[in-house]
Amino acid sequence: MSEKNIQTQLLAEFQEVESGINGHAAEPFNQRRLKAIESFKKLGFPTTKHEEWKYSNVRKLTQKEYNFHPKSDITAEDLNSFHLPELNGIVLYFVNGIYHPELSDLESAKGKVEILTFQEAQKQNPELLNTHYGIYTDEENEAFSAMNTAMANDGIIVHVPANVTVEQPIILRMVSDTREENVGSVLRNLIVVGENAEVKLAESFRTYGEHSGFVNTLTEISVAESARVDYYKVQDESNEAYHIGTTNVLQKDKSYFYAATVTLNGGFIRNNLNLKLDGEYIDSYMYGLYVPNGNQHIDNHTVADHTKPNSVSNELYKGILMDEATGVFNGKIFVREDAQKTNAYQNCRNVVTSDKAVMNTKPQLEIWADDVKCSHGTTTGKLNDEAIFYMQSRGIPKQEAIRLQLLAFAEDVVSQIKIEQIREFLAEKIKEKLG
Amino acid sequence: MLTVSNLHARVEEKEILRGINLEIKPGEVHAIMGPNGSGKSTLASVLAGREDFEVTDGSVEFQGKDLLDLAPEERAAEGIFLAFQYPVEIPGVTTINFLKTALNQIRKYRGEESLDAAQFLKLMKEKSKLVKIDDQLLRRSLNEGFSGGEKKRNEIFQMAMLEPTLGILDETDSGLDIDALRIVADGVNQLKDQNRSFIVVTHYQRLLDYIVPDFVHVLYKGRIVKSGTKELALELEEKGYDWIKAEADAAESVA
Ligand SMILES: Nc1ncnc2c1ncn2[C@@H]1O[C@H](COP(=O)(O)OP(=O)(O)OP(=O)(O)O)[C@@H](O)[C@H]1O
Ligand SMILES: [Mg+2]
Repeated sequence: MSEKNIQTQLLAEFQEVESGINGHAAEPFNQRRLKAIESFKKLGFPTTKHEEWKYSNVRKLTQKEYNFHPKSDITAEDLNSFHLPELNGIVLYFVNGIYHPELSDLESAKGKVEILTFQEAQKQNPELLNTHYGIYTDEENEAFSAMNTAMANDGIIVHVPANVTVEQPIILRMVSDTREENVGSVLRNLIVVGENAEVKLAESFRTYGEHSGFVNTLTEISVAESARVDYYKVQDESNEAYHIGTTNVLQKDKSYFYAATVTLNGGFIRNNLNLKLDGEYIDSYMYGLYVPNGNQHIDNHTVADHTKPNSVSNELYKGILMDEATGVFNGKIFVREDAQKTNAYQNCRNVVTSDKAVMNTKPQLEIWADDVKCSHGTTTGKLNDEAIFYMQSRGIPKQEAIRLQLLAFAEDVVSQIKIEQIREFLAEKIKEKLG
Repeated sequence: MLTVSNLHARVEEKEILRGINLEIKPGEVHAIMGPNGSGKSTLASVLAGREDFEVTDGSVEFQGKDLLDLAPEERAAEGIFLAFQYPVEIPGVTTINFLKTALNQIRKYRGEESLDAAQFLKLMKEKSKLVKIDDQLLRRSLNEGFSGGEKKRNEIFQMAMLEPTLGILDETDSGLDIDALRIVADGVNQLKDQNRSFIVVTHYQRLLDYIVPDFVHVLYKGRIVKSGTKELALELEEKGYDWIKAEADAAESVA
């Protein structure tokens, strides 16, 4: 299938969604969708000529055919295998892009967190939806965001009202069921965290099956004044998975936002994490870890956009690239003219364990204010042979010595993961993968 | 215990060891001295199994086995220990965890049970007393930010933990203050018994006052050009290497 065809297919899909809307076309949510489809038509899929896609070629993705409305007979039992046994929380299941409340566990959300589908929200709380939906998403310039807004229909809003502290994490489990055929999913969720509220979120992406899966996911997180949000994105997808994901975060005064993006596996992955620090005295943290092997390709693009004074952003991404894996890191820091006394730090460190693995890094600092502290650094190195020989000379086999060295390298990020069950799960998975 | 015969080794195109012969019996201490760049560390590294050096000729037999056939970790498990001239810093791995892994890997190789946490800690306490190394140091990343002397002391501590049959000390004395030197030497002397041997690479007679060698060898341009007893070290201290160099160079030009 050619690129034109998948675009035509998507436009047809759009028409189908559109015709189901009957009578609600005038609502802002749907108006936005109309604009987005126009923009998507205009933009088309990016090529490597596009500055933001220089090292990530989406052609392999766009040349395949996907079913965007597959049936899935996945059972609660199948899904059980994706649970972390000791991790309790509010669990929401999405299968092939569609939210499944009947598979989800919303018990501990009751009375604390409002969870509505977009369809429900349009009826029950349109103000919430219209105030926050899409306000920090750039459909005009980003093809995948435009496609997402145009096609997303089945997402949810998670609303944590002001002053509420949600103890248990809210876990969004996204499963691609590709056992029967190539599957395309469009996921769109909106998280609204009220003033002085506190919540931990985790998004987990898994593939269940051998066929190709294309996931276009977009999460918007609105962090009100003095709110505190921890956000985890964990990817353990198949080598046939194509994942284009964007997380757009809008932070207000004195808020705290922490993100940890851990990519264990995935054939072709692009993560965009965009933070807009739209207030003073904000703290932002971005951690990332990726461990591709084989032919996996993992691309992380991040933005910390400081628009007002006195905020801090801190970023640490680490990668271990094996075999013929490829990786991309592009970290942008913007410090706008008003954002005096900004502190912004960025660091990306990588180890390649084979001559064929390639990492492309590009830090990008644009600073218009004069009284700021910013630093950035990227390194890509090989394994330390001296250290490996030293360990071997003490009786540790070479393979184990390499593993110890890589685990120690990853530890800086792993140790930043605050939820113990997730931390231990990931540490174990990474250990396995480093073999 | 160890028989080195006609050992040749090179790195890239450069021949560094050019026919080493050395015989070490159980319980013996051999000192190796010689000018900078003569190949002492190279010899130590080749014995420990560093791959950067290519052995082009000769053989090494250790306790009846062909040492050159074994991977470095197998040599360690067979009882070889190298205290590095420049110990390597390993961020993110504590000395404790490192040694626990090492010790249990060696035990596994030998078909022995792993030590559990309690047994390991007990052993560690005992051995850290032996070389008077601070517990706090062992909890830090291996050698990271250690002072020169702390690194050397940590090498001897590791040796005490792993209880090798052949300990090779590559300039463990350089960088040590006088008290540390005595502690390190005491540590070695306590490990010494009729089955355990040592190769001590040093530039200074001082160490040999504490660790008394049975033999002293002078390495020059990749060969052992002179061997003697501990008196040879005293003579070198007094006269330097020039006379030995002259002898050796003359012998070589004749040959
Ligand atoms: N990896 C290497 N690549 C190139 N040359 C090397 C390498 N390792 C050692 N050499 C060279 O081999 C020679 C012997 O080095 P070696 O470290 O064995 O000397 P040494 O006797 O231990 O000296 P010192 O007393 O200074 O410690 C030196 O000329 C050194 O530069
Ligand atoms: Mg040396």
